[in-house]
Amino acid sequence: MLKRVLMCATAAAALLGASLPAYADVSVKIGVLNDRSGPYLDISGEPSVNAAKMAVEDFGAEAKGIHVSFVAADHQNKPDTGSNVARQWFDQDGVDVIVDVPNSGVALAVAKVTREKNKIFMDSGAGTSVLTGEQCSPNTVHWTYDTYALAKSTATSILKEGGKSWYFLTADYAFGHALQADATRFVKQAGGTVVGSVDTPFPSSDFSSFLLQGQGSGAQVIGLANAGSDTVNSIKQAAEFGVVQGGQRLAGLLVFITDVHALGLQVAQGLNLTTAFYWDHDDGTRAWTKRYEAVNDGKVPTMDQAGVYASVLHYLKAVDALHGKDTAAVMAKMREMPTDDPLFGHGRLRIDGRVTHDMYLYQVKTPAESKGKYDYYKLLDTIPAEQAFRPLADDNCPLVK
Amino acid sequence: MHTFLGIPTQVLFGQLTLGLINGAFYALLSLGLAVIFGLLNIVNFSHGALYMMGAFAGYILLQVFGVNYWGALVLAPLIVGAFGIVIERTMMARLYRLDPIYGLLLTFGLALIIQGLFRNSYGVSGLPYAAPPIFRAPLQLGFMVLPAYRAWVIVASLVVCLATWFTIEKTSLGATLRAATENPVMVSAFGINVPRLVTLTYGFGVALAALAGVLAAPIYSVNPNMGADIIIVVFAVVVIGGMGSILGSVITGFALGLCEGLTKVVYPQASSTVIFVIMIAVLMVKPNGLFGRAA
Repeated sequence: MLKRVLMCATAAAALLGASLPAYADVSVKIGVLNDRSGPYLDISGEPSVNAAKMAVEDFGAEAKGIHVSFVAADHQNKPDTGSNVARQWFDQDGVDVIVDVPNSGVALAVAKVTREKNKIFMDSGAGTSVLTGEQCSPNTVHWTYDTYALAKSTATSILKEGGKSWYFLTADYAFGHALQADATRFVKQAGGTVVGSVDTPFPSSDFSSFLLQGQGSGAQVIGLANAGSDTVNSIKQAAEFGVVQGGQRLAGLLVFITDVHALGLQVAQGLNLTTAFYWDHDDGTRAWTKRYEAVNDGKVPTMDQAGVYASVLHYLKAVDALHGKDTAAVMAKMREMPTDDPLFGHGRLRIDGRVTHDMYLYQVKTPAESKGKYDYYKLLDTIPAEQAFRPLADDNCPLVK
Repeated sequence: MHTFLGIPTQVLFGQLTLGLINGAFYALLSLGLAVIFGLLNIVNFSHGALYMMGAFAGYILLQVFGVNYWGALVLAPLIVGAFGIVIERTMMARLYRLDPIYGLLLTFGLALIIQGLFRNSYGVSGLPYAAPPIFRAPLQLGFMVLPAYRAWVIVASLVVCLATWFTIEKTSLGATLRAATENPVMVSAFGINVPRLVTLTYGFGVALAALAGVLAAPIYSVNPNMGADIIIVVFAVVVIGGMGSILGSVITGFALGLCEGLTKVVYPQASSTVIFVIMIAVLMVKPNGLFGRAA
């Protein structure tokens, strides 16, 4: 009797085994680490988590045997908080990959922890080009944009229009300094000069003193090497103090669509800006945005949130191809496969961790040109992927031999 | 060009004027805090959140009800002041007999809740609020272009601060108030409703914060975090001026605005910390603050 039961059980197990695929299911845990209370809440925050979930859904991960779970946390724009969360996620919570992480200071700290724990870090929100330069790591993917690409496109366009002497308002932390350094390089290359700069405490609400110093410098262009509410306040206050009427030009080196929304077209019109993603770019971005808005209270996606979607999608493709999540194997697979999604088009992941894709130079529309909600930009130029980002040779990344 | 300490005088005057504007906000906010602390002995940590609510009240009044800036300047302090009165009656009144630390915890918790709620609904990028049309044209001061609206802020703040000081220190109403905090039992024996007096005083302190919020709306973006950014500085101002000293908080507010303005020229990176350095220095020499009475 017992023998018969055992035999039946064995037969059933064999049958069951045969009906399953030859490989086991994979469970991955994604940690979305970003700003949930401070100046970068609107460019990242909870919508980044929703964007990552959209990627899981669109890829049909569950049907392919990939079980994805999420955790999310606020890094409060503090590098020590960020690295503590990352450490806990990797050590205790079984997180495999951390995504988003706006704020360059936090991103550099998280990159260090990720490398130490041999997991994967896919950054979308941070700007510093140091992440794929001196501090590059085999465990880092930098998806959306960086200070080099922003500076190259925006600064070059303004230099072409005759803005040769520059004064910088620089947010006093990793991102601001990287952005100023990258922009300075292009200003000098084009034969321009940097007449001065001021490091502003981050975050600040009053930029009038610094703008006054910029006005006094006599520079043709005041370059804003800052982001988020810092950028909004400096552009708004520049309008108040008649910087543009005084014959000077403002260069917002990093402007998100949420910043333009906060400024209003009346103040923001005519601003040149560089972005990796604009919702109204083509049918693919429009269709995706429609679905995105449905789960985010009608808010329009920033390039940061779009980058979270695209990076998670690329990661899942690699996990699916390997049927496993071994860090080195997934990283190798992600480098091997070209990146391809409706938001950023075609691109690739380089050895230094940089993802290259097209970048766009836009100009903010006038109130008369804008036809509806969030109809803010008109395209001036497309910078092809090969030219948009820093060449590997100039990286100073130890991984590039 | 003349220079002072190696700084061109033009730049110096410009920065001092801007410092004065920030000082105007510090003065208005620390005044409200000083009134509340001096008369109620409450460390009102929700003051920054109430300032932010003032700015939002102005924004909502304009967007939803079409009330312009001048209307908001009157209505927003009334609305937020009424909100403050509700808070005082329903929550704070229960804590007067306890250690002041409970009041501090309550108001701090309230601040976090209020800010969180606004952040949830409005995000952090800020909302635009235009200055009224008569302030559109900037003033040419010779050494700088001063937006007319900012000049108005200095004037408005000075008038409100002086009027408050006068009311509390020089009128019979103010004398009653001060007496009520000194010895509430004795004052109620004279037939004065002390709890109501306390409630109205708190409401007034809150209304001052809301007024500062409406004044700030056209300068800074209306932003849920605007109160959290400024409140710590304002507390330092109150401590430097002497907890509860009304004139002290006003003078210190303007003076520290000037110090901050100067720092922005000499060493900008330190401009967010200079006030705290001054606070430490003052406390080492005068533990009760510059204008504080010995405890």
